[in-house]
Amino acid sequence: MSMIQAKNIGKRYGHDVILERANVNVDEGEFITLVGASGCGKSTFLKMILGIEGATDGQLLLDGKPIPNEPSADRGIVFQQYSVFPHMSVLNNVIAAKGFQKASITGHLFGKEKRIAKEQATAMLEQVGLSHALNRYPHELSGGMRQRLAIAQALICKPRILLLDEPFGALDPGIRADMHALVLDLWRKHKLTVFMVTHDLKEGFYLGSRLWVFDKVRHDPHSPNAYGASITYDLPVGVGKDSKPLYEEIDNQIRPILEVSMNTVAVAETLEKK
Amino acid sequence: MKKIINHKPSRTTSILLGLLPFALLILVYIIGSDARLAINPNDKLLPSFSQMGESMVRMAFEPSKRTGDYLFWQDTLSSLSRLALGVLIAACIGLLIGVLTGALPFFSISFSPILTVISLVPPLALLPILFIVVGLGEISKITLIAIGITPFIARDIQRRTQEIPTEQLVKAQTLGANTSQILIRVILPQIMPKLIDAVRLSLGAGWLFLIAAEAIASTDGLGYRIFLVRRYLAMDVILPYVAWITFLAFLVDYLLSKLNQRCFPWSQEIHS
Repeated sequence: MSMIQAKNIGKRYGHDVILERANVNVDEGEFITLVGASGCGKSTFLKMILGIEGATDGQLLLDGKPIPNEPSADRGIVFQQYSVFPHMSVLNNVIAAKGFQKASITGHLFGKEKRIAKEQATAMLEQVGLSHALNRYPHELSGGMRQRLAIAQALICKPRILLLDEPFGALDPGIRADMHALVLDLWRKHKLTVFMVTHDLKEGFYLGSRLWVFDKVRHDPHSPNAYGASITYDLPVGVGKDSKPLYEEIDNQIRPILEVSMNTVAVAETLEKK
Repeated sequence: MKKIINHKPSRTTSILLGLLPFALLILVYIIGSDARLAINPNDKLLPSFSQMGESMVRMAFEPSKRTGDYLFWQDTLSSLSRLALGVLIAACIGLLIGVLTGALPFFSISFSPILTVISLVPPLALLPILFIVVGLGEISKITLIAIGITPFIARDIQRRTQEIPTEQLVKAQTLGANTSQILIRVILPQIMPKLIDAVRLSLGAGWLFLIAAEAIASTDGLGYRIFLVRRYLAMDVILPYVAWITFLAFLVDYLLSKLNQRCFPWSQEIHS
């Protein structure tokens, strides 16, 4: 049985339809990237898996049961920002995550438990390449380091599912490439099921094992929100697959988000002709 | 020539320019005081600095003939302890209400309306009630300060708590945290520097309530003293006392801001 099953799910806010008729099954261990224009429901889909938003139509199942309607330790998350605790040092951020696993009032660890947590946290931080910054505070870290910390925090809890909501959107291209390598490495090592929302189609195409494109199938020009987006492409992707023509096709399809830049291109072209 | 909007004074000039208004104010006072004293040496309205100095030496370093206390220090101690106690109580209650209403929707829904109404009651109008209920002693003054600033602190803390990014709270839950762990480990430490800020902002009102309460019913305190000697037009005591109160207010504010920088260095930066 598939780990996650989406049966005809949709999301509406009043009369505005965000997502409609999405049907997918996800097996354990897949790395799925979600791409699409802004407001096309990809983040909404992620939030449904996370449990902070419910589907207004259809059913979203985890192991055949409706997905819990609040966040819990089996589904880790890394947001684009605000994913780490600013008042704790790097090491304490991860130790705190370990302490939260314990059902106590404050989640503070003592004695032996604390020592073990510290060792595990240090090892995890080494895996993400932060062993040189254990005692720094998040505001002293660069954007990429902060995301590494957020990933370490999420992984120390051994989640089955890791959700990444545009995690590298604010990073420089070079650092982004490092982060891709890190995420792929951790995905294989920890046998995770990963969902990653991204704006960058290229990232979506080459990073994961499966790509979902969110787009609107039906348009009503008089009422742009009458129809929601759905999953228009569901493709196996990955390194080594020849997907260039498909990449261009999808790229062209979801390009209209960038109307401004398209206009600039059009203007440039007309100028060239003259 | 540079536009005036782009002119920035150097460090020395800045200090001098900053001190200039104070110097002018003192100069104007001295001129006025001298002019009045030249006409009438017994004038009480604008005493000279030496007269003020003599009075303060008497208040601060000679025991009172009636009680044997050093009045100035006695007044300072009484006032500061009243203020400290009132503000401490207000900070504790305000923190509790603010965090709970800011973080838990159930509390917010049940407490927010009453908090809004209470914060609109003018605290000084409650003073007679306090005198009737708890008497004229210390408790009434401390209660007035506490009642006066608790709503402000509670509402400020509530707002600050709501400003903590939802992402952090969701993240904590995905790490397995329960409600009390989120409150104690994630929200509370981040609110502490905000609490100190809220206390700093509410101290002005705190002094107001303190002096008002002391003026009406008290036997010592800085506010009591200036209202007492008003009967004898003793400006030579009132003016230094006002300056002293201002200095104390500045000092407390300064120390709290230092405390904030010392204890919560991470909060000086933008949240990440």
